[in-house]
Amino acid sequence: MVRHLPMILKNSLRNKRRSLLTLLSIAASLCLLGVLGALYHAFFLTVATEDEALRLIVRNRISLANPLPASYLPRIKAVPGVTEVTAWQWFGGVYKDATDPAYQFARAGLEAEKVPLIYPEYKIPPDQFKAFVAEQTACLLGKKTADRLGIKVGDRLTVVGDYFPVTLELVVRAIYDAPKNNESLFFHFKYLNESMKAAGQPMDEVGTFTIRMARAEDATAISKAVDDMFHNAPERTKTESESAFVLSFVAFLGNVKAFLLIVCGAVTFTILLVAGNTMAMSVRERTREVGILKTLGFTRAGIVGILVGESIVISILGGVIGVGLAYGVCALAQQMPSTFTDMSAVTLPPIMAVECIAVAGLIGLISCLIPAIGASRRSIIEALRFSG
Amino acid sequence: MTIPLSYNLRNLVARKTTTIMTALGIALTVAVLLSVVALVDGLRTSLAGSGHPLNVLVMRRGAPSELGSIVTPTQFQMIKSHSGIARMPTGEPIASMELVSIIILESPEIPSGININLRGISPMGFAMRDYVKIVEGRMFRPGHREVVVGKSVAKRYPMARLGKKLSFGKGEWEVVGVADGGRSASNSELFADINQLASDQNREVALSSIVLRATDASNMQALINRLTADQGLNVDAKTERSYYDSQTSSAAPVQYLGTFVAIIMAIGSCFAAMNTMYAAVARRSAEIGTLRVLGFSRGGILTSFLLESLLLSLIGGVVGCLLVLPLNNVSTGVGSFVTFSEISFEFSVTAQTMLVGIAFAMLLGAAGGLFPAAAAARKQILTALKEI
Repeated sequence: MVRHLPMILKNSLRNKRRSLLTLLSIAASLCLLGVLGALYHAFFLTVATEDEALRLIVRNRISLANPLPASYLPRIKAVPGVTEVTAWQWFGGVYKDATDPAYQFARAGLEAEKVPLIYPEYKIPPDQFKAFVAEQTACLLGKKTADRLGIKVGDRLTVVGDYFPVTLELVVRAIYDAPKNNESLFFHFKYLNESMKAAGQPMDEVGTFTIRMARAEDATAISKAVDDMFHNAPERTKTESESAFVLSFVAFLGNVKAFLLIVCGAVTFTILLVAGNTMAMSVRERTREVGILKTLGFTRAGIVGILVGESIVISILGGVIGVGLAYGVCALAQQMPSTFTDMSAVTLPPIMAVECIAVAGLIGLISCLIPAIGASRRSIIEALRFSG
Repeated sequence: MTIPLSYNLRNLVARKTTTIMTALGIALTVAVLLSVVALVDGLRTSLAGSGHPLNVLVMRRGAPSELGSIVTPTQFQMIKSHSGIARMPTGEPIASMELVSIIILESPEIPSGININLRGISPMGFAMRDYVKIVEGRMFRPGHREVVVGKSVAKRYPMARLGKKLSFGKGEWEVVGVADGGRSASNSELFADINQLASDQNREVALSSIVLRATDASNMQALINRLTADQGLNVDAKTERSYYDSQTSSAAPVQYLGTFVAIIMAIGSCFAAMNTMYAAVARRSAEIGTLRVLGFSRGGILTSFLLESLLLSLIGGVVGCLLVLPLNNVSTGVGSFVTFSEISFEFSVTAQTMLVGIAFAMLLGAAGGLFPAAAAARKQILTALKEI
């Protein structure tokens, strides 16, 4: 086949318009396949980082809407293998405009001084961190959000509570950068507590606890120990890894997994149809040429090779363009604010890109095989007489 | 003089394989689009059927949903004394105080579990939802740990079927009945006796929301305004219908993703249709020349090829509609970002949905057929006749 490469390339340029249209339609489909693959990967295949694997989330067994008693904290901390625990309260609320997705980012209260112990991967300038801990109304903001909204250290930020009937007046004292999830806003849990007290609704509960463990291997044992400890307590707990906790939000969107897989299947099948259709047309068109090639002494295998080769060249080229486009779409998606999933994780891993291009090549092969074999089978006379 | 449509029809039949493949490509594109439309329509139907047109929902000021709202029995008494509230023949105002909470139910599909709304309700509250009927088992008895489940919950979550026991609050609750809420969000809820639930969750004085029945539509807005303006009450009032309408946005992520997929697939299929039509034009060059000799105008040729492309896409559109038809009434669920719990509903493939699909297919056909048709019309008679 390699011997015939110049001829294959020449042939693919013969009907430029058709080759281009085929190429573009394969590129569009492959771009889609790539983007869906990137989403699937971001949702279900991302391996927890070393730090994520060292964190566990403790929530109320009934649901996230049910809080846990604050008094659980010292008991959880006493479990062997637990190095640190922080109270963690999702706040939500409205910053500027609730309907504008640009202003949507996670907002939560936690024990400020414990941030470096629980989230060592967060990079915070030491003086900024000191300022954040020192002031009760201070907050810590993720770099991506800060950059996107042009917020700087020292800026004031008002978050009006929706689930909590209080308004938080915060000052940005520190900005953190992290490889993942660098979009959240963290404030002092104590500040929320005091505000609620001032509003006449003191609370001695927290939303969840975040545990930091010494060794990732202890995850199962610690989860079990914590859940067993509160088995007969008024509020039972459910302890799971941070990544499992995040995944439960994806499940909340509906059956995303099935949706992505079904659409991927439909897309692949569609390209197969499209490519098959075009290749059949182009092979048919040159039946007479096949007759001439045969007269010149080309073997049947050689002829099949030339025809299939052309199809593969076009498909792979389309695949490469499609994957390139998919990278572009992913880059755009990464700029979007994350609400339920970390958008910065939406990227096409190299292995998947290669797989996509391989799928394209395979489609080129399959779609052309039948028409090519059919054409190569014709006798010389029959082929030469063929009038299209 | 126009070229008869049967000419195009016979041409499509003559090139069976190409026609089928191109049409199938279009069909799959249409099917993907329509499944998303059917999902959003299903959710919309389910939410539009929720709530009584005269019901007013009262929540704490600023609360985004019933889950984040707290109202007290004192507020309930104050609100009941407002004028404009419909009364029973006994003189009792038609008003219901409710407690909304969430429990996690697990299903074989989603083993990690999904948030489901749990509603504590009084007999009056049930009477106000006259579209909800017990279809299996019986009503819960006041003062007992018994629940009635919506029919979608019973269908989708085996652990919440009739006779099963659920563990939350201070004990085990028995599922004693299944309720059919027509096409409404009540199908996705669990109902329990408000007093028992409030006592189990220590929320006797911190309930969630109040539902009122206005005397008539003209009084409804006045009642809403009066309640919202009452500073002492510190509540927001809105129509129950508008509360449910606002939850339609829950399908937004699936909707965006589905639309993106459909558009890219449409681009791919459009190129494919273009390819097919260009091939048709090329192969019928002599025919086009003959038609011109016979006196058919360039406009006639253009129209004829465009019609052929439209016909091709129409077949695709119809097949696409047939492909999504089995999806009709398949039940699914999405998480509502308003209530943080799942709304179950059925895909709804209506005649209107199918018209959208066919229109979309025709649009594709028109875009794909225009250039080839124009190329056909531009052909010079002599050169056309000379081409093989």
